[in-house]
Amino acid sequence: MKAVRWVLGIGGDLFVTAGLLLLLFVGWQLWWTDVTANRVQDNTVSTLTRDFASGPRGGAGPAATETPAKVPFGKAFAIVRVPRFGADYARPVLEGTSRDILMDGVGHYTGTASPGAVGNFAIAGHRTTYGRPFHDIDTLRPGDKVVVETKTAFHVYVVKRHVIVAPTDVDVIAPVPEQPGKQPTQRWLTMTACHPKYSAAQRYIVFAELDKSYPRAKGLPAGTLAAPKGR
Amino acid sequence: MIYAAIWRALPGPLAVRVLLAAVLVLAVVAFCFLWLFPRIAPLMPFNDNTVDPSAAVHALVTGVGA
Repeated sequence: MKAVRWVLGIGGDLFVTAGLLLLLFVGWQLWWTDVTANRVQDNTVSTLTRDFASGPRGGAGPAATETPAKVPFGKAFAIVRVPRFGADYARPVLEGTSRDILMDGVGHYTGTASPGAVGNFAIAGHRTTYGRPFHDIDTLRPGDKVVVETKTAFHVYVVKRHVIVAPTDVDVIAPVPEQPGKQPTQRWLTMTACHPKYSAAQRYIVFAELDKSYPRAKGLPAGTLAAPKGR
Repeated sequence: MIYAAIWRALPGPLAVRVLLAAVLVLAVVAFCFLWLFPRIAPLMPFNDNTVDPSAAVHALVTGVGA
């Protein structure tokens, strides 16, 4: 009898411990990863802003149409701003889309176009956890602006449409979105995030097209980053 | 039972015991947050947000794809 009680007691304690640990994990995933990732991403944006402001490398001229050197894997090279997500919303864009990279910001699909270039500048971001840069991706509406800032220019894209696809649907990041193999003539931006929230069953994809590129020296027109009206 | 045994094993007066218990709890939380959870998070299937031809298999096997 005593042995039974002992086993039941220890077993109960173990179950309680497991439950507490699971709750703790949920708290860590939903809260703590945001705390740490936001800190890292804000720092990266500050560093990039300083770096961008320090003037063109190697005394390059007024380069509006840039042909940037290949960005090393994992390096931050651009800042993405989405007025719909808030006037002060700014996230770093890093080269590559591995798990580690997406903890530190928005990831640029390797092999897709550079910002502002002909083709498809495709980026991925977390919808939840790790700073959740694309948490509000489903609030984007056609006409909303997405600004990609690089060392040489501001590229203003305008949202066209969205689709929800299977995680294996890589056609969305083709040079002409959803038409693989076709020669691109337009300048696309594709954003991918998981869908529904807190799941990875599908992907939420937003397509935007380049409206205009502004050389850094010229700066963004006033009001570009103002929050859009309506929803 | 386990927790009762730990409580009995803590030395000193009540205040010291409470303090020691709090330190133990904090140590466990710190260990989980800083070491354990970052290592098991990649095994979770809900962190993927890229499109990838191998995403499904990938996520099942390694959870990579972020």
